[in-house]
Amino acid sequence: MHPCHMSTRRRFLVGAGALAASAALPNVLFAHTGGSARLVVVILRGAMDGLAAVPPHADPNYAGLHRELAISAPGAADGALALDGTFGLHPSLAFLHERYLAGELLVFHAVASPYRDRSHFDGQNVLENGLAKPLGSADGWLNRALAALPRGHGAERAVAISQNVPLILRGDVPVMSKSPQATADVDEDLLARLADLYSQDDWFSARLSEAVQTEKLADEGSAADGQPMSAPAGAQPAMAAAPNSTAKPAAADRISGVARMAAALMRSEGGPEVAVIEAGGWDTHANQGGARGALAQRLTGLDKALRTLADELGPLWPQTAVLVVTEFGRTAAMNGTRGTDHGTGGCAFLAGGAVRGGRVLADWPGLARTALLDNRDLRPTLDLRSVFKAVLDEHLRVDAKTLATRIFPDSSGARPLQGLMRA
Amino acid sequence: MVQTEIAALRFGLGARPGDLAAAAADPRGWLTAQIKGAVALAGNTPLAASDQIFAELTAARDEFQEMKREAASRSSTDPKSTAAPAVNPVRDSYLRHYRAQVLARAQSAALTTRPFAERLVHFWTNHFAVSADKFAVIGVAGTLENEAIRPHVGGRFVDLLTAVEQHPAMIAFLDNQYSVGKDSELAQLAARRAGARSFGLPRADAPDKPKREFGINENLAREILELHTLGVNGGYTQNDVTTFAQIITGWSIGGGKGRLAGGIPGRFYFRDNLHEPGAKTFLGKTYYEGGQRQGEAVLADLARHPATARFIATKLVRHFVADDPPAAAVDRVARAFLKTGGDLPSVYAALVEAPEAWDAGMRKFKTPEDFVFSTLRALNASPEKPEEVVRSFELLGQRQYTPGSPAGWPDTAKSWDGSDALMHRVLWASRIAGRYERGIDPVDLAASSLGAYVRPGTVTALRRASSSTQALALLLMSPEFQRR
Repeated sequence: MHPCHMSTRRRFLVGAGALAASAALPNVLFAHTGGSARLVVVILRGAMDGLAAVPPHADPNYAGLHRELAISAPGAADGALALDGTFGLHPSLAFLHERYLAGELLVFHAVASPYRDRSHFDGQNVLENGLAKPLGSADGWLNRALAALPRGHGAERAVAISQNVPLILRGDVPVMSKSPQATADVDEDLLARLADLYSQDDWFSARLSEAVQTEKLADEGSAADGQPMSAPAGAQPAMAAAPNSTAKPAAADRISGVARMAAALMRSEGGPEVAVIEAGGWDTHANQGGARGALAQRLTGLDKALRTLADELGPLWPQTAVLVVTEFGRTAAMNGTRGTDHGTGGCAFLAGGAVRGGRVLADWPGLARTALLDNRDLRPTLDLRSVFKAVLDEHLRVDAKTLATRIFPDSSGARPLQGLMRA
Repeated sequence: MVQTEIAALRFGLGARPGDLAAAAADPRGWLTAQIKGAVALAGNTPLAASDQIFAELTAARDEFQEMKREAASRSSTDPKSTAAPAVNPVRDSYLRHYRAQVLARAQSAALTTRPFAERLVHFWTNHFAVSADKFAVIGVAGTLENEAIRPHVGGRFVDLLTAVEQHPAMIAFLDNQYSVGKDSELAQLAARRAGARSFGLPRADAPDKPKREFGINENLAREILELHTLGVNGGYTQNDVTTFAQIITGWSIGGGKGRLAGGIPGRFYFRDNLHEPGAKTFLGKTYYEGGQRQGEAVLADLARHPATARFIATKLVRHFVADDPPAAAVDRVARAFLKTGGDLPSVYAALVEAPEAWDAGMRKFKTPEDFVFSTLRALNASPEKPEEVVRSFELLGQRQYTPGSPAGWPDTAKSWDGSDALMHRVLWASRIAGRYERGIDPVDLAASSLGAYVRPGTVTALRRASSSTQALALLLMSPEFQRR
């Protein structure tokens, strides 16, 4: 199956190395059974440098443009982890590389949302609202997708692992939010009286009953695990007096704590099928670093979190897809302060036991001066909505018409990719 | 009918006992009397200025280098000793200042007799956001508020804007201090001296690193346009961003070494030798070479641009009136901004005059900041320990001076109304109630903090509560206390 609708004018790259391994696995293990699919969306806020996370080391212009931020070819000291002949993974992404070799990781490159300006905040809005423009929708595409799902086994279909719900999950379908900070010791009598006090106010009433339900689910999840879920190791910054991201190892561990909580909730009886995780700190305008340094630390934290997620999901992993996205890429050239400025095209990941991985999907435009967008950015050749649609279609079984009309209106130019998931 | 309550709760930071009585005679006059001139910190926590903090930081950094050298030499002779020093005096120094600034801010919010002006200070701090999750900013995030915003909050927008963009915290947060013009004196010199390595720039002198090349960083220029003045749809292009970045090359912080020596550490310093020389065309207008003044001329034009007036007016009305800002109120405030060339007291007066702001009905769901500050005021309390304030905001998800992005904290209910967030408010309210219940009558407190907004059902619930601690927690979590 050709996984792409795009023109063949440019070189189309498909790393097929790991497909053989996955083909040997018995397909029955990965059979789709209605509501059994799990989806985790990881939003990297601040615009991750796709040219560092997935270095196109064989592109003749890459090293000259990205200079000391460039990652060397596999085999060199601190070199990339090998994918295919053209692309590698940043050396900090060891777990993702394992998944690639196991046929469980798809890497997308030269990809972008339809947004073409360079504001983080508008870029994130477009990433999450599923439209072509930053404004015009108060709800997110993932919530609209939830509305289109067949009935699942739980009352609450989705959870945001934070105190509040990000745009991608806002909308008509009620969604849980739960952060790793403990709230379990709130007095039950106080909660009962508050419920009474809120009985005349629907807005507060709905939120309180949701919070109480989530708390119950979290308790069950931790009981099933045999370990307290509300305070995972290293994920409890509340009692340290410092802004916790000043301590870099703690920041990395915090994402792992968030991932652990997502997994535990999804594993609990009647738990959510969809989870959203957010991680900030990707806006590397100065001293970005190469194989080591600031960005490398972030990537290490992300990689650890994804490993934690897989480990903790355990038996659910074969039916899981994890989508890792950011609002846009960064400039092809290093700037004047050893960093990169806001760009356009970048990379995205789709990992999980349900993913037909071991491939790089990229219609690579190249980094030649004339190929760059506005003389500065990697030119996008793939619309992220083509990936989103494919995941919703093949993984969550949302029907094509709803996808094209309600979930991603004005997206006829972004046809869904095919064959991303194991059949 | 509830004009007094609106003045104290929606425009102010919540009522201390006696506030409602003070505002009752003339709620609008009570507000407009607050808005002229600088807004000093109320409270008694001593704070260091940016230049002191930077000087201390430099000393701490030298000390840390020395510690690392010692530890390294120890570990080379004694394999059991660890290579890394256990304490980092740079972080210690920074965190001490951060905590003091957070405490001072909470005390000022709790104690001020100009709560509308204090809320405006907070509004501008969030508009011109820096975030203490960037290491270089931790110790000076609060100094931006105290040194650039408090003196100018009741003055002209252009002065506020210029003070903010030239404050060391903003320059460090958005990376402008080492943004270098390609044709600047320094870049030219570097080009002539092939092989020359160190010009005193940090990390530029490692012998194994490739030769340093100079160029711009467009971060500050972009965010000034997108977030501080015109707004994202304000009509500028990528080319304008790049040109503006060239115009403000040289806007830096004093106290470097080598060819970057000059200026006072921790104060704004214009580095002529980093500045891209020549006339430049920005938004269709040519700005002639004038060093530092070239960028200041651009800021002056941005500060009276119609797009800026509309952008600021929209944000003010969203903050003070409703998440979905009524167009008539936005028009009124934008007109006042344009007509007076950005005279801020006139802008605030237009906001107070907007009839939409005085509609009964509490339309704004409190942010954690609003919740904490209004609780302190209701309790007639002022915090004494920095840890208590720092932890409160961590628990409630709004770590002070740490919005995480230059866009600041969101200002609409949907960003704060998660069910988990509500549970954290319940947890915090019950802890605070346990601390402060002694000597407090929750029913009286409801009246003095909420006035006519208290609902009969809430009073009944307070009277029926099993303890005064529980009653106080119920009051703080009542819908009328959670909104403004």
